[in-house]
Amino acid sequence: MSDYAVTIGLEVHAQLLTNTKMFCGCKASYGAAHNSLTCPVCMGLPGALPMPNRRAIEMAVKVGLATGSTITRATKFDRKNYFYPDLPKGYQISQFDKPICAGGSMEIRGLFGVKRVGITRIHLEEDAGKSQHGDDDGTLIDLNRCGVPLIEIVSEPDMSSPEEAYAYLMEIRRLVRWLEVCDGNLEEGSLRCDANISVAPEGERGVPVEIKNLNSFHGVEKAIRYEIERQSEVVRNGGKISRMTLLWDSDKGETRVMRTKEAAHDYRYFPEPDLVELSISDQMMAEAHEASPEYPWVRRERYVGIGVKPDDADVLTAEKEFGEYFEEVFAGCNNEAPRAVRWVIGEALRWRKELGGGERFVVSAYATAEVAGLEASGKISGLAAKTVYEEMARTGRSDPAMIVKEKGLEQVSDTGALEAVITKIIEDNPKEVERYRGGDMKLKGFFVGQVMKAMGGKADPKATGEILGRLLG
Amino acid sequence: MSERAQIDNFTELGLVERREALAVGKFDLVKEVRRLSAKIEAKSVLNAFLETTDELAVECTSKLAHSEEAFPLRGVVLAVKDNIALKDHQLTCASKILDGYKSLFTSTALQRLSDAGVVIIGKTNLDEFAMGSSTEHSAFGPSLNPFDNSRVPGGSSGGSAAAVAAGLATASLGSETGGSVRQPAAFCGLVGIKPTYGRISRYGLVAFGSSLDQIGVMARTTYECAKVFETMAGHDPLDNTSSPVPVPDCAGNLDRPLKGLRVGLPREYREGTIQPEVANSVERAAKVLKEMGATITECSLPHTKYAIPVYYILAPAEASSNLARYDGVRYGLRRGTPPPTPPASGGEVAPPLPPIEDIIRASRQAGFGAEVKRRIMLGTYVLSSGYYDAYYLKAQKVRRLIRQDFLNVFDDFDLLLTPTTPTTAFKFGEKTADPIAMYLSDIFTAPANLAGVPAISVPFGFDDKGLPIGIQLMAADFREDLLFQVAHQLEGVAQ
Ligand SMILES: [Zn+2]
Repeated sequence: MSDYAVTIGLEVHAQLLTNTKMFCGCKASYGAAHNSLTCPVCMGLPGALPMPNRRAIEMAVKVGLATGSTITRATKFDRKNYFYPDLPKGYQISQFDKPICAGGSMEIRGLFGVKRVGITRIHLEEDAGKSQHGDDDGTLIDLNRCGVPLIEIVSEPDMSSPEEAYAYLMEIRRLVRWLEVCDGNLEEGSLRCDANISVAPEGERGVPVEIKNLNSFHGVEKAIRYEIERQSEVVRNGGKISRMTLLWDSDKGETRVMRTKEAAHDYRYFPEPDLVELSISDQMMAEAHEASPEYPWVRRERYVGIGVKPDDADVLTAEKEFGEYFEEVFAGCNNEAPRAVRWVIGEALRWRKELGGGERFVVSAYATAEVAGLEASGKISGLAAKTVYEEMARTGRSDPAMIVKEKGLEQVSDTGALEAVITKIIEDNPKEVERYRGGDMKLKGFFVGQVMKAMGGKADPKATGEILGRLLG
Repeated sequence: MSERAQIDNFTELGLVERREALAVGKFDLVKEVRRLSAKIEAKSVLNAFLETTDELAVECTSKLAHSEEAFPLRGVVLAVKDNIALKDHQLTCASKILDGYKSLFTSTALQRLSDAGVVIIGKTNLDEFAMGSSTEHSAFGPSLNPFDNSRVPGGSSGGSAAAVAAGLATASLGSETGGSVRQPAAFCGLVGIKPTYGRISRYGLVAFGSSLDQIGVMARTTYECAKVFETMAGHDPLDNTSSPVPVPDCAGNLDRPLKGLRVGLPREYREGTIQPEVANSVERAAKVLKEMGATITECSLPHTKYAIPVYYILAPAEASSNLARYDGVRYGLRRGTPPPTPPASGGEVAPPLPPIEDIIRASRQAGFGAEVKRRIMLGTYVLSSGYYDAYYLKAQKVRRLIRQDFLNVFDDFDLLLTPTTPTTAFKFGEKTADPIAMYLSDIFTAPANLAGVPAISVPFGFDDKGLPIGIQLMAADFREDLLFQVAHQLEGVAQ
């Protein structure tokens, strides 16, 4: 799409899933009445002082460990000063020169292949409030969000296409959800993304342009593509890219200028004097390690190791709970990976999508494992198993054995009954018997079909095959 | 006749005698509080108070009277600087920008004092946002020095000092950033302590220079000062910078002998222009201490001369950020927009609102006084990109050297003895035209704030105009007990 060197870096803000805010005891949650989740600290009233939230610090450390970052053991907070009505103190408590994590990376995959994207830093900060701009009746401010803990994850400018940026953002989302530090919802703003893009002729250094307000995954891809085109056009016409900040307008599908370099803020960062320097103790490091789950990329390798195909392993590690589900089914399938994969991807995930809104499994892992077991032991046929599963998915029942009984789906493996039926079929189809015995072995399928038809699909295929073989000689 | 000369039995008594008198019914606290309220009214020319809290005071006193509990601070009637939060009461910081604002919460310090039986009688005047050394920068006019009404009471906690000196309260709270308790205590003949940084919770103290600010106490006697200090001090989970170091019994150890005490006389605090009577008081105090068994030796704090420049970089830098919240948006004074009107009935269209920047600019323009604006500009400048390293960062480095001076000297000494201020109380208008001259009145007090160490000013004699002289004692971190002990024993021989 562009003949020039494209460099993309992303800054991702993730709202942490703590119970309380970053520096006060107010609840950090959505949907409460405007300004009801506030106190003197988060309203910035005269004389109030911040106290850091230990859980938020732990969460930042967890993300740092997962991305292979160095944890800054002697870290600190700084003030970022600017005036805005939804910033009640006139400054945001953030981190400037000693971010809690630095120098990590993330591996991303896609049609472009496999790539490692550097993570420059991860720092902790507090969120601002929300401004609701009316048409001409002023602006309303809600401070419920004000003071909610955020981590900002800043990547190296290591990406070179919108697809890579998309994959990186998805990978960040998967990680923060996996670690249970953020719910990863871009539309609701619990995950926010700004992009820095520069386009320059090969071998030259470009000027990064920042795009803000990228509030959907596809918006990120689209906005970046739009900006690459715009800059390429400027470069092609011999123009110069100037440093500025743009806003993405998702309705119009275009960017517009938010501020130019001349109007850039001087945030006058300085160490936050209300908070003592923060030392990350050995104990906190140990606890963060302890609390960290098996990482998705580690789990993926493990699944491949037990016989899951790489593509299937990707599906099973898209979300942490998929893996937990899979492992329960896998155990219920006597550790036969292909069978467990077939049940989880082919059935459980399909019904999750169809009936669970893509957000919840409609059949428990235990019940899925039980159906898989009924099929594996020959008690029901594969077709019957699917019928039972659909019944469970649609009704919410989790008693497959009962459903089998009610619907009369047990396979008949009683050799006496099968022999009687097969003897009759042999008697009724002398021509076919003759041809079979004459060497037309393909006709075995015909006989199996006749048996199944006579038994209403419930004949045990294994026993049927044996008896047919014996009686047809 | 000076205000100070009028004898007032209740406030003239020491805390111990006052408590005894209350216990035997010689005084009725409710009556005394009412009498003090009336006296505040009568002495309104002093402009010591910005608000009196009579109703609260009477309510507290009646509660005390009917309680079985032995409130340790019963008998303390407290005046509080109006930058320390008391729930449901004004918190003006002597600024127009906080016009109409009432605090939603009570500071930790005041809560602890109230729980101990202190009666709060009112909120006192100060230099706007505690920026000044004379109360001349108050938006509500200066307070007067009770010893000489043509002179300043000192500042910024000048109202608190004037209140106690005039017998309108028995003790008062001030706040320090560069000497704002010790200097007015010296000017008004009171004991005034600036505790170790982190000793008293800053929760509820309106921030000026957060890394320097501490709440301090002024009282007529060291004993009362120590009692109030002890009660407030100690770790507070609401202030991350408050220290967990335990608070020793201060008031109970005031008479411990001083034999073997190593006292240093810092050379740098004897240089420059010092009023001869002030220098003489220090000499006299040194002699008294020697007689009590202390050793007196000259010592050096070589970076002292940088204290004022460093202070006037760091304090304004922090202030420029701390005062950013006063933007006219959420509370306090608002300018630049018409006042909210009820919705128009006839479908009229309201005039469009001005941009938010205009409201912020106009509110701050109208709400802050000249000195506050000067410091906000100074602070903004030293934090600006391109100047940060040369000013803020450099000043931080020098601050560490100043602290190191103190750490070094406290290896060899238990206590430092210096003047509190170069002169006794100056006249109104004497220094307002020259900010630097005003800033230099903090020359002996600012180093303790920069170093974080505790310091106390004790009255020690008068000059030839009858104005009180304060001498300063400084000790190592968390050794307020030693400061009180020495101050108490000097107090015994001061007159
Ligand atoms: Zn809050």
